[in-house]
Amino acid sequence: MGRHLKHFRYVMGENSVTVFAFSLFALIVFLAILGPWITPYDPLATNAANTLQPPSLRNFFGTDHLGRDVFSRVIAATRLDLGIAVSAVSISFVIGSALGCSAGFWGGWTDRIVGRFSDTIMAFPLFVLAMGIVAAMGNTVENIIYATAIINLPFYARVARAETSVRRGAGYVDAARLSGSGDVRILASQIFPNILPPMMVQVSLNMGWAILNAAGLSFIGLGVRPPEAEWGIMVAEGANYIVSGEWWLAIFPGAALMLAVFCFNLLGDGLRDLVDPLRRT
Amino acid sequence: MVPAPFLDIKGLSVEFRTRNGVVRAIEDVSLELAKGEVLGIVGESGSGKSVTAYTVIGLLDGAGAPVSGSASYDGIKVSGADETVMRDLRGREISMIFQNPRAALNPIRPVGRQIEDVLLRHGLATRQTARAKAIEMLEKVKIVEPELRYGSYPFELSGGMCQRVMIAIALACDPRLLIADEPTTGLDVTTQAATMDLVRELTQERNMAVVLITHDLGMAAAYCDRIVVMEKGVVVETAPVEELFSNPRHVYTKKLIAASPGPNSTLTDLAPTELLSPKIPISHCSPAKPVTREVMGSKKILEVINLTKEFPRKQSSMPCWPWRKAPRSEKVFRAVDDISFSLMRGTSLGLVGESGCGKSTTSSIIARLMNPTSGDVIFDGENISAYRAETFARRPERKKIQMVFQDPTDSLNPSYTAHDSIAEPLKRLLKMRDRELIREKVAALADRVGLPANLLSRFPHQLSGGQKARVGIARAIAVDPKLLILDEPTSALDVSVQAVVLQLLDRLKKELGMSYIFVSHDLNVVRLLCENVVVMNRGKIVEQGGADEILRQPTEPYTKALIAAIPHFEPQKAIH
Amino acid sequence: MFAELRNLRQNVFTSKFIQVGRRLAQALPSVFGVILISFILTRALPGDPAVYFAGDMADKESIEQVRVALGLDRGWVEQFFIYVGNLANGDWGMSLSTGRPVTEELLDRLPASLELTLLGLGLAVLIAVPLGVLAATRPNSWLDHLCRLLVTAGVSLPTFFTGLFLVYIFYYLLGWSPSPLGRLDILYLSPPPVTGFYSLDSLLAGDQETFWASLAQLVLPAITLALFALAPIARMTRAAMLGALVSDFVRTARANGLSRSVVLSTYAFRNAALPVLTTLGMVFSFLLGANVLVEKVFSWPGIGSFAIEALVASDYAAVQGFVLAMALLFVCVNLAIDVILTLIDPRVGLD
Repeated sequence: MGRHLKHFRYVMGENSVTVFAFSLFALIVFLAILGPWITPYDPLATNAANTLQPPSLRNFFGTDHLGRDVFSRVIAATRLDLGIAVSAVSISFVIGSALGCSAGFWGGWTDRIVGRFSDTIMAFPLFVLAMGIVAAMGNTVENIIYATAIINLPFYARVARAETSVRRGAGYVDAARLSGSGDVRILASQIFPNILPPMMVQVSLNMGWAILNAAGLSFIGLGVRPPEAEWGIMVAEGANYIVSGEWWLAIFPGAALMLAVFCFNLLGDGLRDLVDPLRRT
Repeated sequence: MVPAPFLDIKGLSVEFRTRNGVVRAIEDVSLELAKGEVLGIVGESGSGKSVTAYTVIGLLDGAGAPVSGSASYDGIKVSGADETVMRDLRGREISMIFQNPRAALNPIRPVGRQIEDVLLRHGLATRQTARAKAIEMLEKVKIVEPELRYGSYPFELSGGMCQRVMIAIALACDPRLLIADEPTTGLDVTTQAATMDLVRELTQERNMAVVLITHDLGMAAAYCDRIVVMEKGVVVETAPVEELFSNPRHVYTKKLIAASPGPNSTLTDLAPTELLSPKIPISHCSPAKPVTREVMGSKKILEVINLTKEFPRKQSSMPCWPWRKAPRSEKVFRAVDDISFSLMRGTSLGLVGESGCGKSTTSSIIARLMNPTSGDVIFDGENISAYRAETFARRPERKKIQMVFQDPTDSLNPSYTAHDSIAEPLKRLLKMRDRELIREKVAALADRVGLPANLLSRFPHQLSGGQKARVGIARAIAVDPKLLILDEPTSALDVSVQAVVLQLLDRLKKELGMSYIFVSHDLNVVRLLCENVVVMNRGKIVEQGGADEILRQPTEPYTKALIAAIPHFEPQKAIH
Repeated sequence: MFAELRNLRQNVFTSKFIQVGRRLAQALPSVFGVILISFILTRALPGDPAVYFAGDMADKESIEQVRVALGLDRGWVEQFFIYVGNLANGDWGMSLSTGRPVTEELLDRLPASLELTLLGLGLAVLIAVPLGVLAATRPNSWLDHLCRLLVTAGVSLPTFFTGLFLVYIFYYLLGWSPSPLGRLDILYLSPPPVTGFYSLDSLLAGDQETFWASLAQLVLPAITLALFALAPIARMTRAAMLGALVSDFVRTARANGLSRSVVLSTYAFRNAALPVLTTLGMVFSFLLGANVLVEKVFSWPGIGSFAIEALVASDYAAVQGFVLAMALLFVCVNLAIDVILTLIDPRVGLD
């Protein structure tokens, strides 16, 4: 454990960008967990007397067309957006890597079937497919998660397959066979630890993309319904007002969205450094 | 009056900026080359020989720069010179050829056009005459059917042919200095000889000066007039060829010469104890307790009978009409073709041949990593080829046959420490569970192979080539196998390290009473360790018998050609 | 062995032909898969598919007719074949909200979306490729830093947000661009339809004013799309060029004194172009999705906004038609890129 902590500190020290990304990530997680308890106002409370107020000391981000405090809503939305992204990415990571590793290791029919399945999904423009899936299955938040999970599967399957495929002929795999390990054990204990770094990068990048996806779907009216606070919906509601100059309704949630995605993209590199044994000194 | 040297390097030092600070790649290097002379720069990896060459031609990586001294070509300063000056010199006056020829050619451009590019650049041809001149160059490098080859892409040519094309490009504009950076690495032994002969012929014809960079002393002896020996960025010795080999002065030179096996060297010759690196205590070099196990040499431990392995041939891109019945030879490729041999307990058998001859496939089948198409492998009286390779890992016989791999880097899991890698067979095959016991056993194994105990917690990328090789050996002997298959275990190592590892293997064989199958392309190395040898070519056995006999008096023409192609030096026989 | 190689050489032409044929054939399973998934989606609808496919004007009898026609009372396999048959005949159902056949609606609105997407893609390539090349050839210069910043920031940008942001700056604050309300300001009449692209059509009709007006409306949405596509293209171009520049064969070219421009163009760029071309296919897929969002922000009357309206109105036949159309379009684009790659890369066909 001490060895891991020392390495963590070393990686942090190497790159200031990584530190920034991790701090931002910590902030986002903090807000997601504690969000509803630390907002200055109730994110759902309307106030007809106080609509469309620009940012002030009382309402940091101003108020929207129903008098709700935008700052509180942005913070409350963190939980929902992050929750959707984490659930979707977890599902596709687990299923995608299992499929991809099997395809890459055993080849043959497994590879062909997984490949076909993955190619068929990738044959659709992914956002459009998500729209179709949510439309078909019903307009709920759970279905947003499933749709996002499905469209992300091919990425994991492909990376896992490529990385496994490269390593399956490596000398240490043969050596493991000589040491008495069977196929499944080799896949799990010899190959998987080595493909974790590239998969980690993929997970982080995908988180960013999953958030964008979920926000995009709610922007066009799928999944999250008003009066829930979610970044995409807030931008959609704010879109009507931006042409008349009330920019704070849309810009703040949009900026929050951007920041979250940016953080996850930067995180990808940092995560890889942490997990990659080649970087250890 | 002594004419000024053609290539004059005086006190050249080059530094590289790396993330760990500034690294001095070469320090105070001085050497001279006269016109028409062939100079060999010899050294192991990290000696700085390539850096010197790259400085002369001005192709140092961006992070590197000469910090003192100078290099001059025919009076023109080339180290640290302006890029426009260098661009004019390159190809026209100074040319370079590299290793890995196929990767060094533009993969999506026909080779003829690549020769033309150089001709057009230096104004030696016009658009109309370029093609004819390119074909002429292809002919000069002895490529058959040059008009046809003009339009070929590098992936359609063999390694040897790609190297010839590279030579054609380099010599197209008639430069006066050729730098050859390990031009034969990766090529077959017979192709290596042919390539070097071609270089010699062409350069002598034009009275070109040549700098030959190599780690192979034998090659340097055969093709160079003078040799410069470098170690860790410094020039250690400079001398004409005969003098260097008959009377080496520096310790490192002596070590290098000793470590390169020739037809008459023995195992102890390779690394005399006084030259051993002080890290390894002398006590490990003497044999341990005598063998008390099986009586040596009385029984067959391995018998291979009519072994054959076929692979399905990849469908070529040639159109094939569906009704045309292709002969079987087009559909399958026979990697191993009906071979039989046997191995006596306690002895070593060498499996020799060039790449593609089937020796690695054979060793994989014997190790039960692969299934044969037909034939039997009888190990210790039992027909192990009857068991499928996929399930062999769970059989008790698994621990009796182990293997040491060629590439020490590739054969160690990068996320396992040395300790974990060695412990793996103990946990799986011997089912050891007790951590303390495992730790003790691993330490004992490390000690036995001469691996310092503090290295056990390191990862492969933190170990040197020789150290990784020891880890691989420790892992292989961990379960006390009776048969150890060594698949080119030293070919990826520096020559001096190779010597030590070979001695280690020999000692282990005697201490633990193992039998060896030693796969290699280097006959001299095989002779050192093996009593018997099997020579293979294209899947068939060409000749087999006692190692010494076959090497001194080969009967088959292929074996003769193989032996003749290995450049080794005998000072009296050195050719100019 | 030489005879074999000579045969190979002579057969390269025919083999390219066969490779292209093979690529075309390989696209068929994709088309099949797309149709299959589309079919599954139509059957997964909440409620009675027949109602949605019959349309708004339908009464009970015609709904029954549609139900029989769709084969909803038969087995799955039969239903699938009926479905495929209907698709091939151009019967993709009726739109609930407009009452017209889905195919008509889609075809009507396709040119608007294509005009936007192609302009956006074109802009992106024009900026991203040179930027990527320059960033690779001048490492650590301001261009390189700009490129890396663009790439990192670009992949984080939500398309709808950038669109809105641009509208706020350039329409509300600066007043430079016209109101984001569609393809053409109400003052102008749409030009006589030839290609369906307002810009081209107005040029063809010689109507300068309409041309500039349509272009003015196109600018902001096209830039929004372009910004979205910039990042992956620039990233791939930079990476591919960097990879080519440190490759062994570029080192050989430099070692033989070839001029900088030849090394960059003939040796480095041509090799780098191959992965960039592949990336374009992927980018096009993302653009088709981003299109939907941009069309909503700018009220652009393309198929994207049609789909959004259909979603809101629970007009499922229209939505499924949209999804299928997009997928088929994407398959065609990918096929085209694949064929181009097959033709220009001599190594293709070696697997």
